[in-house]
Formats: sequence, C-alpha cells, structure tokens
Amino acid sequence: MVILDWFHAHKDITCVIIGSAFGMAARIFMLRSDYRQYPAYPHGKIIHLALGLIAGALGSVAVPALYNKDYTAITFLSLAAQQFREVRNMERNTLTAIDHLELVPRGAAYIEGIAVVFEGRNYLAIITAFLSSLFAMWIGWWGGLIAGVFALILAHYFMKGKKITHIADIEMVPIKLDGPDLYVGDIYMMNVGLDENRDVIKEQGIGFILTPKSDDAKVTIANLGQRQAILHDVSTRLGVYRDDGDPALLPIGKLGLRTGKLGLLVLPREKDIDKAYQSVCNVPLLEAAVRTPTKANRKSTEGAKQSG
Amino acid sequence: MARIVGIVTTDHGNVGGGSPIFYASSREQLQRLAHLLEKILDSAAHEMNEDLFIIVDRH
Repeated sequence: MVILDWFHAHKDITCVIIGSAFGMAARIFMLRSDYRQYPAYPHGKIIHLALGLIAGALGSVAVPALYNKDYTAITFLSLAAQQFREVRNMERNTLTAIDHLELVPRGAAYIEGIAVVFEGRNYLAIITAFLSSLFAMWIGWWGGLIAGVFALILAHYFMKGKKITHIADIEMVPIKLDGPDLYVGDIYMMNVGLDENRDVIKEQGIGFILTPKSDDAKVTIANLGQRQAILHDVSTRLGVYRDDGDPALLPIGKLGLRTGKLGLLVLPREKDIDKAYQSVCNVPLLEAAVRTPTKANRKSTEGAKQSG
Repeated sequence: MARIVGIVTTDHGNVGGGSPIFYASSREQLQRLAHLLEKILDSAAHEMNEDLFIIVDRH
C-alpha cells in the first residue's frame, strides 16, 4: 500500500521505472542465442543488455518530458537513433571480421540482415518502453503494466521473420554421380575429379531441391546471399565435412536455369537427414534477398494502360 | 576468375601450353598426382576425361 501511494505521488518516476523495466524486458526477451550461436559470449550479451536498458530509459523518459511540455527532450530520441545505428555498424564489423575464418562463411547479405535485426530490436525496446510509460502516465501504473505486456507481445510478433518455407517447397533428393559430374536431382552441381572426393560426397552428401512457390520466390532463392545463408545455417547446425583448402568438398547451391529450382549439396558432419531437412526449412528469409518483381510489373502495366 | 594451375595427364599427345604439365604413367598414378596437387595447391581437381585432369584455383 505504501508503494502504491508512492506510485501515485510520484507519477513521473513511476512512468520511467515501468517504461525502463518493460524496455529492458523486451530486449532480454528478444536476445536469444539460438543455433546461430550469436551472441554466444557473456560480454556480447552484456553489451546488448546495457544498450537495452538505455533504450528503455530513453523511451520512457520521453513521455513525462512531453507531458511537462519539455519538447526539447524529444531530441534525445534522435540521439538514441544515432547510437543504435552504431550498434548496427558494430555488429557488421565484428561479423565481417570473423567471417573469413568460417569454414562456410555467412556472406555479406546474412551479416547485413543480422546487423539490421540488432538495430531494429533496440527500437522495439524503445517503443515498448514508450507505450508502457505513456499508459502509466495516462491511466495509472496498472495501465502501464497492461500496455507493457501488450507491447511485449507486439514486439514478439514483429521480431519473427519469415522462413524459407514461406517461399519454397523443400524436398530431399538423391545425389547422382555420373562419372565426374555431380547432380542433385536433375540439377548439375559440379565436376568432381578425385575418386576419394566422390566417395566422400556419396557417403556424406545430402541433396535438396528448393522449388519456388511463386515468381517472386524464384528471384529470392536465386539470390547468392540467400543461398550462402542456407549453406551456412545447415553447416552450423550439423557441422561440415571439410577443411580449409578443400574446395572440392564445399557445400554449394546451384540454380537449375530452365526451371528456376535451387539445388543444394550439403556435407554435414552428422548425417542426420531429418535434422538437415529441418535446418533448411528454418533458414530465415533475408530482407536483402526478398524481391517482388510481379508487384512492380503489375503496377507498371496498369499505369501504362491508364495513360495509354 | 578461376585459373588452371596445373594439368595432369597420361596422354602425352593431348596437352600443351602454359600451365605446368605432369605426366602420369597410369590412371592410378593420375589420381595420386591429382590428389597431391589438390592438397598442395589448395585447389580443386576436375576431370576433363579419364586421362586428363586439370587443377583449378578459385581463390
């Protein structure tokens, strides 16, 4: 009761506390180290938790400032935006620096995607803090709590990206070796010269064919960054049967030019077919790879009809 | 662009040009030579036909 009285007496501080708490909670909630193993290190996490707290505090302070007609306080938010753009740079630089040490690199498109997500999640933390602070100011501390929980659910919805299964059907197909020529299904992959490499590929290789579900999807899975992301993810989850300086045993993705299907050859260390299938299905769809040419073409033809 | 950094063959009359050429006496030796070159040069061995391999560098 004493606490509730205090909450009523100090409305501004209550807003800031509730807002910051929900902002921080949103960042903790969104900070996951999953199979991507990033950020896996305690220090990497501390950086993001600290930035999450700052984001929460900035978002929640804005509301009492505006209520007290202190409009210059809003400029602090632009400062925050600058700060979080730095987060994107930091993530991009770190990941690019270590990317050439990966056996199967992430690729620039995937790194850019991860960096953008890190930046975006800080903004989601700010919005969560802002909303809960606003409702705490408007209705009362319990309004702040309800708005905070609602904002967390909203943030969770926005956090989820699309997966490769949204745009393509994935099927597992046998690998065929016709002399030196390696095929996944009917897609020609590469020429393998040495018998020992052919044996390794026969034993360890798993082939997939991704059939695009629409014309837009064809463009997306043809994107080299998206392909590299798939190969990297599968290699992260199941290991990779290769060493540096073995270009013949590189997991690769090749496009069947006539059909627009994508053939994938992966060489997992653990040859678990179900897990391999799951890992291909769960690859995130990269924002940089998504194109919607059909939309653009439809609009342009409509425009031409109207003007003509 | 990929470069041919070596040629391994059992057929003396079939090859020539600027890349280093290694002659093998049999197809077994051809495989062995190609294997060694692949490991030493960090490159991939590709089969043009059963008697002719090229070592290709894509770095």
